[in-house]
Amino acid sequence: MTINHYIFLSVALFCIGIIGVLTRRNMIVIFMCVELMLNAVNLLLVAFSKMHFLSASAFDAASKAGTDAQLFVFFVMVVAAAEVSVGLAIIVMMYRNTHSVDVNFLNRLKH
Amino acid sequence: MVQLFDFISIGTLNIPFAFQVDQLSAIFMLIITGVGFLIHVYSTSYMHEEASDQYARYFSFLNLFVFSMLLLVLGANYLIMFIGWEGVGLCSYLLIGYWYKNKDFSTAGRKAFVMNRIGDFGFLLAVFWMIQHFGSLNFGDVLGKAAGMPLNDKVLVGITLLLFLGAVGKSAQIPLYTWLPDAMAGPTPVSALIHAATMVTAGIYMIARSNILYTLAPVTQGVVAAIGLATAIFAASIALKQNDIKKVLAYSTVSQLGYMFLGLGVGAYTGAVFHVMTHAFFKALLFLGAGSVIHAMHHEQDIRKMGGLKKQLPVTHWTFLVACLAIAGIPPLSGFFSKDEILSATFSVNKIYWVIGVLGAVLTAFYMFRLYATTFLGKFRGTEEQERHLHESPRAMTVPLVVLAILSAVAGFIGIPAVLGGTHQLENFLSPVFAGSVALQHAAHPDHTTEYLLMGISAGLSVLVLLYAITRFSKKPDMDSPGGLGKLLENKWYVDELYDMIVVKPLHRVSVLLNNVAEKMGIDGVVNGVGKFVSYGSRQLRLLQNGQVGVYILIMVAALLILFIIQLFVL
Amino acid sequence: MGITQLLFWLLTTLTLGSALMVIFSKNPVYSILWLIITFFAISGHYVLLNAQFLAIVNIIVYAGAIMVLFLFVVMLMNLNMPSSPLKNKWLMFAGVISGGSLLLVLVAALKDTEAMRNGILMQTGDIGLIHNLGKVLFKDYILPFEISSVLFLSAMIGAVVIGKKA
Repeated sequence: MTINHYIFLSVALFCIGIIGVLTRRNMIVIFMCVELMLNAVNLLLVAFSKMHFLSASAFDAASKAGTDAQLFVFFVMVVAAAEVSVGLAIIVMMYRNTHSVDVNFLNRLKH
Repeated sequence: MVQLFDFISIGTLNIPFAFQVDQLSAIFMLIITGVGFLIHVYSTSYMHEEASDQYARYFSFLNLFVFSMLLLVLGANYLIMFIGWEGVGLCSYLLIGYWYKNKDFSTAGRKAFVMNRIGDFGFLLAVFWMIQHFGSLNFGDVLGKAAGMPLNDKVLVGITLLLFLGAVGKSAQIPLYTWLPDAMAGPTPVSALIHAATMVTAGIYMIARSNILYTLAPVTQGVVAAIGLATAIFAASIALKQNDIKKVLAYSTVSQLGYMFLGLGVGAYTGAVFHVMTHAFFKALLFLGAGSVIHAMHHEQDIRKMGGLKKQLPVTHWTFLVACLAIAGIPPLSGFFSKDEILSATFSVNKIYWVIGVLGAVLTAFYMFRLYATTFLGKFRGTEEQERHLHESPRAMTVPLVVLAILSAVAGFIGIPAVLGGTHQLENFLSPVFAGSVALQHAAHPDHTTEYLLMGISAGLSVLVLLYAITRFSKKPDMDSPGGLGKLLENKWYVDELYDMIVVKPLHRVSVLLNNVAEKMGIDGVVNGVGKFVSYGSRQLRLLQNGQVGVYILIMVAALLILFIIQLFVL
Repeated sequence: MGITQLLFWLLTTLTLGSALMVIFSKNPVYSILWLIITFFAISGHYVLLNAQFLAIVNIIVYAGAIMVLFLFVVMLMNLNMPSSPLKNKWLMFAGVISGGSLLLVLVAALKDTEAMRNGILMQTGDIGLIHNLGKVLFKDYILPFEISSVLFLSAMIGAVVIGKKA
């Protein structure tokens, strides 16, 4: 497998996420599409980490190159989890106020 | 020559703020300060009825004028001269419109200003041309460089014509003379100082200063002489039928200025400057005398309502008579010598010019004595109340009159021509300034017999006409409105109406058109169009901010897409 | 085609297919279930890349915790009604177009790049093991780790505060 397999996979996933964000109006689905985009990035990070490791281990068998990328993925997950907890709380509150999770209902930004 | 500091210094162009005193400047300084002093003294009394702040305004303007005039004659280059030139124009405007509450008076001020601007435009163009061609504005540099140029060089002719346009505006020659009679709206001492003695001679000064340029451009000299002569005879003809004491003097001033230009045009620079000097004395005297009469008559200026003032105003009467004799060119008063010098120089250049010039001199004698006779001789024709209040003016007014009368009488003796056994001290005095021109001129002086004859003709004719005018007008002045030619003359050949028709009215119509079309549709259209476009555009753009998060994200993605395309494919 | 390639293509198909189902399902509950399948497929990719720790964390945190939270919210608040058809058809159309063209642009740009030929070490390599990651995380990345705990705390407090309001 080469890196561009993973790059195209990630780009495709990311674009699916974008299309979802742009076309769906259900706030929960939009949220899930954001998670999809985050995962596309995560996957790409891991793939690059292994690519980096491969080229580094050719010179040094004990190389730990690429570890950082996987830790970044870990931190991305941390942030995503925090984001989801707050975001869902906001959705719940919005539903309680408006009895809808339609983003177009939230056009108060105009005012 | 004193250089104070660098006024303008750009690249190779260097215009210092410098003063220059030579014989020519000295003569003018003496005239300005001397006559100016007498008029200031006179004004203290003449203007005493004014409120104190108005009084202060009057004197501040008057002194600003004297300052500007001195700047004009002292400047060592054309730019400093131009500053003074503009300054006197401004003061003239301010003082003509001194009684600004009267609409006619402020209109007269505006007219003077606009006419002067037309001339200034020519002056300014000439200055630019000089910078372009000579690279300097200093008199020394410009005149020095010009001296080496061939006769009738195109540049010289152009520059001199433009300078002459400036002089025409400032010195009230055809076709820009109409402002000067209207300028009589100002206080009479102002008329005496500005519109008779000093400011209007600025044009003479400028041409005399640039004499070498004019000598090298005979084409321009011809124009100057022709316009001067035409103005002299034309203004004299108008003066014949004017009934306002100051208007007569105003046209007489225009006419005398015409003589000065005639002198310049025929190369008699000394004669022109001489006439400036003598004219300053007797015309200031005439105006101050007229002011004294007006003062006595409680601001009545129509000579038909005067008459017989000889008894009540003896000092004014005698000084006025001296001035009239001087301006009419009766020997041995000053006007005779200066006018004769110009006329004899004219004779040697062009005989027909001389005939017309003598005719103008005769007309001068006629209208001056018509004025004199109508005002001072005969019976009083005003109201009884005016008659009761007739009084001689206070000493602050009569003393300047007497001093000026003495000067008018004797000033001619500094320029007695060789033919009468004099040495012409003025010519010797001024010779350094005019040396370059004199060297270039080969005018054959008429021999002594001819000169005696010329003097005799002009003086004799003047005396005859003078006696006729006194006998004709002392008994029964022309009270009725004249018909035919007289009516034409009384209405100043309808020149004002003509200008109004061919210049003011079309301009007015064009501006109305521009106002309606260019202003309303063009400028307003553009301005309003910009406003409408912005307003419309923002109304449309506002729809973008519809608060819909989806739309915002869509725009964001689209922008990202565009950036990607630019980054990846275009660059 | 070895077993690795076979697995890769299988997992890729599963990932993209289920991701598409996420955005095209009318019912949010189905979307969530499809998303869980996507996450499992991505975890499979991680395993294929020998990043077992991340594979496990992905399943536990995402598929387990986060998606369950989503499900809870949807079901408890009874949000699983099918979304009404979009009023703004062109907006949806424009969304698909712009997302698709973004994909096209990126693919077209990256297609011929030389670096794309670089290989990737599949299946082997120990950097993805918890032994290695733990050492680096608690030595070099201890400060971000602690800060992320503060982030969690604040997120928790935020969620509680927002949930209590209204």
